[in-house]
Amino acid sequence: MSIDSLYNKKVMDYFVHPRNMGEIKNPSGVGRVGNPVCGDVMELYIKIKSQKAKGKNKEDAIITDAKFKTFGCGAAIASSSMMTEMIKGKTVKEALKVSNLAVSEALGGLPPIKRHCSILAKEALEKALASWKK
Amino acid sequence: MRVYLDYAATTPVKKEVLEAMLPFFSDDFGNPSSIHAWGQRARKAIDESRAKIAKFLNCQSDEIIFTGGGSEADNLAINGLVMGLGSPLALGHPSQPSLELRSGHRHFARGIPSTPPHVITSQFEHHAVLKTCQDLEKKGLAKVTYIRPNKEGIIEVEKIKKAIRPNTVLISIMYVNNEIGTIQPIREIGKLIEKENRNRLKENRNQYGKQKLENGKTNLQSPISKPISNFQQPLSHIYFHTDAVQATEYLPMNVDYLHIDMLTIAGHKIGTPKGVGLLYIRKGTPIRTIIHGGEQEKGLRAGTENVPYIVGLAQAIDLIGRQKTEDGARVINLRDYFIERVTKEIPEVYLNGSKTLRAPHIINFYFKNIEGESIVLGLDLEGVACSTGSACTSQALEPSHVIMSIFNDHFRAAGSVRFSLSKLTTKAELDFAIKKIKEIVTRLREISPYGSKKKEKREKKEGKL
Repeated sequence: MSIDSLYNKKVMDYFVHPRNMGEIKNPSGVGRVGNPVCGDVMELYIKIKSQKAKGKNKEDAIITDAKFKTFGCGAAIASSSMMTEMIKGKTVKEALKVSNLAVSEALGGLPPIKRHCSILAKEALEKALASWKK
Repeated sequence: MRVYLDYAATTPVKKEVLEAMLPFFSDDFGNPSSIHAWGQRARKAIDESRAKIAKFLNCQSDEIIFTGGGSEADNLAINGLVMGLGSPLALGHPSQPSLELRSGHRHFARGIPSTPPHVITSQFEHHAVLKTCQDLEKKGLAKVTYIRPNKEGIIEVEKIKKAIRPNTVLISIMYVNNEIGTIQPIREIGKLIEKENRNRLKENRNQYGKQKLENGKTNLQSPISKPISNFQQPLSHIYFHTDAVQATEYLPMNVDYLHIDMLTIAGHKIGTPKGVGLLYIRKGTPIRTIIHGGEQEKGLRAGTENVPYIVGLAQAIDLIGRQKTEDGARVINLRDYFIERVTKEIPEVYLNGSKTLRAPHIINFYFKNIEGESIVLGLDLEGVACSTGSACTSQALEPSHVIMSIFNDHFRAAGSVRFSLSKLTTKAELDFAIKKIKEIVTRLREISPYGSKKKEKREKKEGKL
């Protein structure tokens, strides 16, 4: 891999080999954010295991699967992929605590003008969870 | 294999250019303004360089002003002209003001309120022109009309004709669009302006010539000394500037043939190092310096001349003058081969801009449903260099103003990528690039949420997202 790249090795790795790329059939929630005006569009799919036991908070439900599809730059693809990895296996409550900064940090940092990509990933998650709660 | 297809961004320094430059770094290093032998050797080198370039442009040596690059030349042409109009300090300003050279600013000096001069340019100019014009507007120094290109990426002469106003003083249209490669009808625009100027001269003489006879003073004073409406004021002379940065290597550059008053060339697009360019300024064009200091370049560009780079620029231009036609045809063949294969072999790829009115070296494709930067990034990993829009804008997050001006489509602006060739490009390089483009486009389309027909149908049905 070229060392003269705009992004670091980790971002490039997630760009070339995106984890969890694709769609989930019958997802518990979907969030589409962004628009072509800003140049990035992300779609985040989540599957959540329902909590039937009484007394359990809805937010303790576990995200069993997460997938994404992204139209956008390298940072957008890497951020959305990293987000799916970070929320898989977490409860909804825990997932909501994953910040855009955490995504950016997990990727070893993004160039300043690309930080909005990690924000977009966070928004996609929030939107997906909101659609599930409905 | 590594394939560079971004020659419109910059070119490698040509061997002959570097060789011509080398003596002027450490051996003949003198300052051309010095009167001793060191200085005079440097002066001679600059004079010879100017003569070589004058031959190429078919102009006089003293009509060439060396600059620090294309952007500076564009800034000098536009700011220099608008500021220079009516200023007695402007080079080319007649010592005896005459009606023939009615300027937009002269009335300011006399305290008569009026509208600032009018400038015409296009919506898809290089930012060096576009932002300079916008800046003049912000400062209230000019009104600017931005002509929209047609669907083929061409500025129509007719649209310029319609935009001309009595107080139009400058028209600046690029020769070849740097992002999509379309050739603009510079000669036709030049002829139109020349004709318009002839008519204006006649008109001014008819309207104001008499007043000169009556009061016997200089002919300028009579219409200006009393406040009159714009319509009664003499018509301004229109100057024509073209940014020829992407045309230099392949297209006619004879300034008389093109009927232009000012022309920009950037060295690093034609095989010199970055940091040198020139502005051709036709004699009589009223222009003021934008960089103050010494009297270098007839006082139009202060700063000690960049001797080695100027020598290099002359060498690069001299090389073009000798090779133009033969190599141009070869690049055109390669270009058409590339366009043919990419648009035929990859689904949903569209050429941006006219196929025929196109410079030999610039190609711009719209790859549907995927984003440009990820294509550039993916291809870079495979050893193929290309760019989204122009290299100058890739640091900004804004969509290509060129694609937007033509199509007004954000998806198209986001999904367009420029490939630019040179005389060094080979068919084998293009074959390699095409193979890699296919791979990366397929992969990115799998990642993209758009383009799946089945899914779109389902979404439509469910009415969600």
